[in-house]
Amino acid sequence: MPELLLELLSEEIPARMQERAAEDLGRLVAAALAPLSPQDVRVFHGPRRLALVAQVAAGTPETRSTERGPRAGAPEAALAGFLRKHGASRDAVREEGGYLVLDRVVPAVDAATIIARELPLVLRRFPWPKSMRWGGTSSFAWVRPLRRILCILDGRIVPFALREGDDDGHGLAAGNETEGHRFMAPGAFAVASFADYRAEIAARHVILDAEERVALIRRDATRLAEAEGLSVVEDAGLVAEIAGLTEWPVGLIGRIDDAFMDLPPEVLRTSMRVNQRYLSLRNPDGTAAARFIVFANVVPADGGAAIVAGNERVLRARLADARFFWDQDRKRPLEAHLPKLAEVTFHARLGSQRDRVDRLVRLAGEIAPLVGADRRLAERAALLCKADLVTGMVGEFPELQGVMGRYYALAHGEDGAVANAIRDHYAPRGADDDVPAEPVSVALALADRIDTLAGFFAIGEKPTGSGDPFALRRATLGIIRIVRDNSIRIDLASLFGASASIHRERGVGSATRMVEVVEDLLDFLAERLRVQLRAEGKRHDIVAAVLARGADGDLMRVLARAAAIEALLGTEDGANLRTAYARAANILRIEEKKDGRAYDATPDPARYREPEERALAAALDAAEPAIAAHLGQEDFVAAMTDLASLRAPLDAFFDHVTVNAPEPALRENRLFLLARVRRAMDRVADFSKLEG
Amino acid sequence: MDVRPPPRSFQEVILRLNAFWAAQGCVVLQPYDMEMGAGTFHPATTLRALGPRPWNAAYVQPCRRPSDGRYGENPNRLQHYYQYQVILKPSPADPQGMLLACYRDLGLDPRLHDFRFVEDDWESPTLGAWGLGWEVWCDGMEITQFTYFQQVGGIACEKPSAELTLGLERLAMYILGVENVFDLPFNDPDSPAPLSYGDVFLRAEREFSAHNFEHADTALLFRHFADAEAECASLLAKGLALPAYDQCIKASHRFNLLDARGVISVAERAAYIGRVRALAKACCEAWIAAETDRLVPASQA
Repeated sequence: MPELLLELLSEEIPARMQERAAEDLGRLVAAALAPLSPQDVRVFHGPRRLALVAQVAAGTPETRSTERGPRAGAPEAALAGFLRKHGASRDAVREEGGYLVLDRVVPAVDAATIIARELPLVLRRFPWPKSMRWGGTSSFAWVRPLRRILCILDGRIVPFALREGDDDGHGLAAGNETEGHRFMAPGAFAVASFADYRAEIAARHVILDAEERVALIRRDATRLAEAEGLSVVEDAGLVAEIAGLTEWPVGLIGRIDDAFMDLPPEVLRTSMRVNQRYLSLRNPDGTAAARFIVFANVVPADGGAAIVAGNERVLRARLADARFFWDQDRKRPLEAHLPKLAEVTFHARLGSQRDRVDRLVRLAGEIAPLVGADRRLAERAALLCKADLVTGMVGEFPELQGVMGRYYALAHGEDGAVANAIRDHYAPRGADDDVPAEPVSVALALADRIDTLAGFFAIGEKPTGSGDPFALRRATLGIIRIVRDNSIRIDLASLFGASASIHRERGVGSATRMVEVVEDLLDFLAERLRVQLRAEGKRHDIVAAVLARGADGDLMRVLARAAAIEALLGTEDGANLRTAYARAANILRIEEKKDGRAYDATPDPARYREPEERALAAALDAAEPAIAAHLGQEDFVAAMTDLASLRAPLDAFFDHVTVNAPEPALRENRLFLLARVRRAMDRVADFSKLEG
Repeated sequence: MDVRPPPRSFQEVILRLNAFWAAQGCVVLQPYDMEMGAGTFHPATTLRALGPRPWNAAYVQPCRRPSDGRYGENPNRLQHYYQYQVILKPSPADPQGMLLACYRDLGLDPRLHDFRFVEDDWESPTLGAWGLGWEVWCDGMEITQFTYFQQVGGIACEKPSAELTLGLERLAMYILGVENVFDLPFNDPDSPAPLSYGDVFLRAEREFSAHNFEHADTALLFRHFADAEAECASLLAKGLALPAYDQCIKASHRFNLLDARGVISVAERAAYIGRVRALAKACCEAWIAAETDRLVPASQA
């Protein structure tokens, strides 16, 4: 099959957009060229180029068809319409079976023609997250100015241009030329095939494949680090970004001025990463090493001395700024920053960060004794936990929020538990992040999320299907993880209520809606729990069955109950019981609908006729109080054993007793009995929610 | 691809830039005679970026950033510094190549240094303007802000410009290998009376920092802000876009001073920025209306 090679050479594409753009290019070109059945479509991305190579059919074959027109002898207008529709002349029409017909031939089209027609459309509609116009002659937009299009099919140029009417498409037309490295191999050159292209740009200092660049960056970094007995601090995101900033990455190692090595390691790392894209290094003992690795995009003529010296100089200025903030920020205790928090809006309707801190002090204080934390320390941590937001360092590096607060708290003699809580109450930040474990941190982490959730729900800012601008799902998931990982027995319903009333005292939300807000929050929590369990590959339907019996703010209880039911369902008794329940519920549903009444009264023992009815009733007499007692003691495993005892009598009942007996009194009593079974089981969980 | 020997003083950097961009066909303007926070505020950029006429200009613009003052004690921060501003409208075929040639003219060799174009989208909330582009890095240091203007004063740029902004002190410090801005040789170090940047500006940095942070009369500044705002509106009513825009620049700088004095709360801040933006938009609209009128061919007028 002929080989198609496409390359779009532009000014520098933002690193974060490159990979997605290459995927889009592959997908869109494959779709546009579907008639040519493209195969082995491969895409590449780098700082200045997107490229695609694929095998395509040589063209589409000729196809013939016969179109039937009006009846022979039909009015002239009908024929004229038929001819117009097909763009045919009268001579082309012949008669066949009493109709006028037209033989149509769709001629074969070669691949180049199709490609030349389709690619301009793909490029014009390319889904860049943000695109721009340039120059003065065309409305064609790209992520940054597009400078060159290479498009060859088996080595021959596929002729197309971006011109469209008065719009000159920036004068861009497909050719067979591209460019190598901007500095090391300037100038254009022609290529004949993909293999040629790849080899020739490599010879001109461009590594086409981003994964190759990533591998090279890792290798180079490790080599440089090991040469000095150090190791590289892993940072996959940064390595990918560097691969998006360099066509020919060249690693160089530089020194951090010793004068800055007493700055917190997080500050060093963040400043180097965010501002400079340097990799950080570690000493064998795990401490921050006074070295960094920078990747240049050039093989420097002097071996890198000027580049290293320049980068070291820039880093000195950066770290001097950081040191200024570090020194300034520590001059005053965290508490001194509190008045400034009043100026920072948390949300227009939920007040300032200062207001938020006041609420957190109350809420963390209430939670503390429930999670084994010292109430005074939890309140202190809550008071100080947002103070670092208005410090110089966090203003410069928002990602250091909490981390700096901890350092500043320790510098002013705060309790270690308070300092740790200031840092750790933001955790978990994401799925891979650790969960706080110290009691004071746990109290504050829960308070922070509960306050956020209750506040936004109270002002009606619930997440919608697609939008969750305040990250309420993540906050909820954080609560779930903190509670589960620490096995905390706590009633979130009452904490949601407590938080809602703290908001309420400040005029947020209405008294009448408070119950509703708490219910909504519990539903939201249940939904997140289901999603989380599903993500873990667990049976989320069981949680649904447990929660269908009414919201429960004690997640550990919900999970214990679910685990017990899951264990029960794994046994033969459990599986049969579920089937029997479904049968009972089904009969009741049908009969209740038919009769237009509920069969929820107590069965009359005098009306039992068969021994199986009496046996079932006796089993229920024994099981019901036992279930109630065990549920009360939260001994869910025992409650399941109680339930399992119903299996044999229930099976026997269905085997030997006709529910819909001809005698109305018998039928009614048997339906009462089934309803009693349903009630007994529903106390444990809504078995109708269970999937088979 | 020749690289010139590097300049020897701060003023030689400026002289070379003027010569280079003049050779590229730019009109070389002198600084605008008003206080402003960035060279973009100069009407030669803000207003000329709009409308259909070609416009290529280069100029030095003193910039005042009251909150960046450090009483002359920080080797890298100044409340008054210079930007070299180039605007190329419409953006030419290879503005990146022109910029790199400009660096070579300043003695920066791309075979020895690491030049990088790192994504940096530019937005000016006070001007209602945005564009896409990069920070241009040399050995990890940002030496130029490169922006393709897309919108100014809330109006789409009919002929998008390339805007190149070079921070002169920082660039000169790098080229001349100086670590403290006040040590920069201002004129030729071999001249009979060599002067450093500090000789020229240190006292000003101290006095203006004191003014900006401690002594600027805030009641007066609030009044000036309101006066400029009102004057801008009344000039716009008379169709005088350029004088009106002067008042917009004035209001913007008064706001920056008030901000440095710490008397504008975070909540008010957004409102003040919105007020300046409203002035900028109205000025841009007035400017472009007259520009478009004048383009009507005489035969149809």
